[in-house]
Amino acid sequence: MQKKPELNGTLLEVKDLKVHFPLRGSFVERLVGREPGSVKAVDGVSFQLQRGEVLGLVGESGSGKTTLGRALLRLAEPTEGAIVYDGRDITRVEEREMRSLRRKMQIVFQDPHASLNPAMDLETAVGHPLSIHGVTKDKVDMRRRVSEMLERVGLAPADRFLTKYPGDLSGGQKQRAVLARAIMLNPDLLVADEPVSMLDMSVRAKILELMIGLKDEFDLTYLYITHDLATARFFCDRIAIMYLGRIVELGQTEEIFANPRHPYTASLLRAIPEPDPAKGIPRDLPRGEVPDAVTPPHGCNFHPRCPRAFEVCGWEARDVRDLLEERWAGMAEQEFTREQALIGDLDALDEVSEIARVPSTEGVRSRHVVELLERIRREQPDTRLWKGARSIEEGGKEALIQFHEGLEPRHLVVDSVEVECHLYDDEARGRAEEHAREGLK
Amino acid sequence: MSVLSARDLRVWYGTSRGPVRAVDGISLEINAGETLGLVGESGCGKSTLGRSILGLLPRGAVIDGELLYDGQNLTELSQRDFRRLRGPEIGLIFQEPMTRLNPLMRISDHFKETLEAHESSLTDEEIRRRSLDALGGMGIPPTRFRQYPHEFSGGMRQRIMIALTLVLRPKLLIADEPTTALDVLVEAQILQILGDLKKNADTALLLITHNLGIVAESCERVAVMYAGQIVEEGAARTVFSEPAHPYTSELLRSIISSKTTELHYIPGAPPDLADPPKACRFHPRCPYAMQVCAAKDPIEVRAETGQRVLCWLHGPEEEIPPGGKAPLEREAIAVAEEA
Amino acid sequence: MARPSLTRLFGPIREARGVPKWVVIAGIAITIAFVVFALFAPWIAPYDFDTYRTADGVRFPKQGHPSGDHLFGTNVQSTDVLSRVIYGARTALEVVILAVIFSLVVGLPLGLISGYFGGKLDRVLLLVMDSLFAFPYLLLAIVVAFLLSDRLGRGVMTAAVSISVVYVPQYYRVVRNHVISVREETYVEAARALGARPRTVISRYILQNVIQNVPVIATLNAADAILTLAALGFLGYGIQPTDAAEWGYDLQRAISDAGAGIWWTGLFPGFAIVTLVTGLTLLGEGLNDVLNPVLRRRPIQAVILPERQSRLPADEAGV
Repeated sequence: MQKKPELNGTLLEVKDLKVHFPLRGSFVERLVGREPGSVKAVDGVSFQLQRGEVLGLVGESGSGKTTLGRALLRLAEPTEGAIVYDGRDITRVEEREMRSLRRKMQIVFQDPHASLNPAMDLETAVGHPLSIHGVTKDKVDMRRRVSEMLERVGLAPADRFLTKYPGDLSGGQKQRAVLARAIMLNPDLLVADEPVSMLDMSVRAKILELMIGLKDEFDLTYLYITHDLATARFFCDRIAIMYLGRIVELGQTEEIFANPRHPYTASLLRAIPEPDPAKGIPRDLPRGEVPDAVTPPHGCNFHPRCPRAFEVCGWEARDVRDLLEERWAGMAEQEFTREQALIGDLDALDEVSEIARVPSTEGVRSRHVVELLERIRREQPDTRLWKGARSIEEGGKEALIQFHEGLEPRHLVVDSVEVECHLYDDEARGRAEEHAREGLK
Repeated sequence: MSVLSARDLRVWYGTSRGPVRAVDGISLEINAGETLGLVGESGCGKSTLGRSILGLLPRGAVIDGELLYDGQNLTELSQRDFRRLRGPEIGLIFQEPMTRLNPLMRISDHFKETLEAHESSLTDEEIRRRSLDALGGMGIPPTRFRQYPHEFSGGMRQRIMIALTLVLRPKLLIADEPTTALDVLVEAQILQILGDLKKNADTALLLITHNLGIVAESCERVAVMYAGQIVEEGAARTVFSEPAHPYTSELLRSIISSKTTELHYIPGAPPDLADPPKACRFHPRCPYAMQVCAAKDPIEVRAETGQRVLCWLHGPEEEIPPGGKAPLEREAIAVAEEA
Repeated sequence: MARPSLTRLFGPIREARGVPKWVVIAGIAITIAFVVFALFAPWIAPYDFDTYRTADGVRFPKQGHPSGDHLFGTNVQSTDVLSRVIYGARTALEVVILAVIFSLVVGLPLGLISGYFGGKLDRVLLLVMDSLFAFPYLLLAIVVAFLLSDRLGRGVMTAAVSISVVYVPQYYRVVRNHVISVREETYVEAARALGARPRTVISRYILQNVIQNVPVIATLNAADAILTLAALGFLGYGIQPTDAAEWGYDLQRAISDAGAGIWWTGLFPGFAIVTLVTGLTLLGEGLNDVLNPVLRRRPIQAVILPERQSRLPADEAGV
């Protein structure tokens, strides 16, 4: 963005916000009294949004960015934490009160084809905020305002569009109508949830340009939610990178791009597809995929995929399962069968524990499993998991891998960039060095 | 060695408004072990082209022209013959992997069904081995062979689907927006897999997408489609660095990449395929339009840089009438036509 | 806005082709015929439904064959069968229209509220409705008719209410299920985000998108209701015979005639029932095929490809 925004104070402050969706759990689980667990869509997010700025929330699916956007408008209920809008705590405000607040906080959704009521023509749909909030009862006045707004968003001549239904419009035109509807009441905050992801490439630029124009004209503050770092770079003043419900890095856009601190940010940047054939597909990207949000990884959420994970990042039994499965995926069948014959049911490794109990098959001595693990380590000593291992020992019917204590990443500030990563935590690194000195038993 | 070659291929749909000219005279060629990216915005006809190769056109579609696969003209093939081709010869990967996977069947059963249907002479052991091989190539561990589709994430399901397609060792693979629904990191993984195909099995790949970025990264050649026609086709390197057709260069300019400092876009909207503009279909939106562009259909030529292009800017000179090169006067594109 | 719903309704009907179109037209034709009978009964029917003698006091033949004066014959009470059939159409349509209206007025709002708000209210209503639905429908109608006949007598109103009780759960169910799926649509969430109250969301955003199903259900229900009414009449729990003609009642009277070889007293009322029910069913099913986007077959104009013109340069073409 070319213009430096005029920032006039904090419009929105979010403190340690959590949005957990409880799972129903099976009948048996409820009978036994076991907690069914919940999807931790947003798991402790804090940030401030300044008036006039564009803050990008960037993340992949499962990052919680969409849920966060909705929670800010109370379209999803916060489980814990606080949302302070314009100095006022709105976290648990009654729906009645919230409704009047909605004049000032609006949202634009991702799918332009689904955001408009198929049974309403554009005049009614775009003018509906006016009638909902009783701003004007006079039909003539409403039509005038709607026409003005339609022209402003590029749907001109307005009288051609007033009678159209959503089914008659293209994706880009629908998104313009949605923007018109959102701006009708001159809100302060606009949450834009992937506003251009579903539009064709050549249309995205038009809509983004429109949004920039609207921002200047109506003095808007944007929260721009997207998975596309490229548009975020262009559009946002600051960017927050989200992973599995937490913000892992937050800073000025240029700083994030020039010097990404969190390994996840770095890999996202490398993975952006560029129309440059010289670039080629980025190799050495993080392995695996976004994990389950019901039982997130121990310690740092990103450690199972992180190319720079080390001793204290939160190694656990499930990582051993991943290691074995990956190893076997590329293997010739004979070898795989031989190795798999030694190890029992991998489900034993499906727990969040710093001790991995690798079971041996019936009749196999645990010593053989330990030998196998040792061999795996020797073949690929660079696998990050071994950094976290303190010892590999024989147990009764299993081999035991004891991992170093995993630490939760702390919220740190590094050169005006907020980041949650042990790599920048002196204390954590100190401990890791101690562990490294002890070596592997 | 050519695996697939199309000449003057046309696919028109009948609708209540008149025929929709989804594919209107295209020619292209894919060789063994090659990756061709077919790129275009929504409504340009690229998906129709993909479907016509597989014989998956809906009722009321008419196909004409030459579409040669392995010596056979696919435009004349019966549904029964297509069924024999689909799978062992030509494979297809969709956008939504869940649509191909039966939620009630284990992965192992999916493979068994596919292999038994097309290669009935295989023993159970051989089926197992080939399935695990295919899955292993996709990074799916053998320990998960007997799980159900819902136990896998989106990216893994797409990989399973690729494995299911590859296990039959087709010569040609058609991928229709294979990564559009996936996150960018997973997308890169899948593209890597698709890129490795040619190394391992000499499989030809037709990658259909609207995302120019992934085409640039993973395809050797690219064909740009607009309003049912291929307007430019050539080596990816050349097309992206020195685009010959104005649509290609305008499209490239309008992509927002991390290096974008200014917004560009193409005014107007892609035409209605039922009633496309006369002569050159891009002329109403083209910044370089000339008189001849609105008068005569452009003829395909080779640009200086090597790619095939359908544009009067590149001639052929002899066909342009006198005065044809003067710039075209156009009314400002009414905003009502804006997308 | 009523306009869009109607246009969206009739558009597909106009566009329909093939079998579904003729089914709808046949259904419409039959239904209109009966509506005409019902509306213009006094002018169409040769006599009143309980006339048993001529103006001069000459009694009509008892159980007389179909003849010039009595095209469908007479029954044991010397009333004209044709007239009773025509007046029976009036009764049937009166009752059924009232019943459908009552069912809609009760079932539709309950379905909307239940579907939108969910929670305890939904669970309770669902339980009540499912219980009603599970009840043998005829028994239910009889019980209600019985209870109401004290208060309202045994006229058209009682019959209509008894029948509507049977069908309320169907409307409720269909509407509720549709609301639950529409509720999750983005545009509904957008409405909430705009600050719309539940009342507004339900009426402007949900109702208008749910209402498409209603005509089909209503029509098929009407067909079923005719049968229920006839059954009630047959069993003697229907309308008071002195108030109106009713086909079911006539059928019951015709049972004893059958043994004696008197076929016309039973055939014509029975035929009327079958025809009207068939007409309504055809209309309902036809509407479904035409309105339901999944089943709809869009008209496809055959495509004629013009001569192939190669765009390749002259030397390459024809190789």
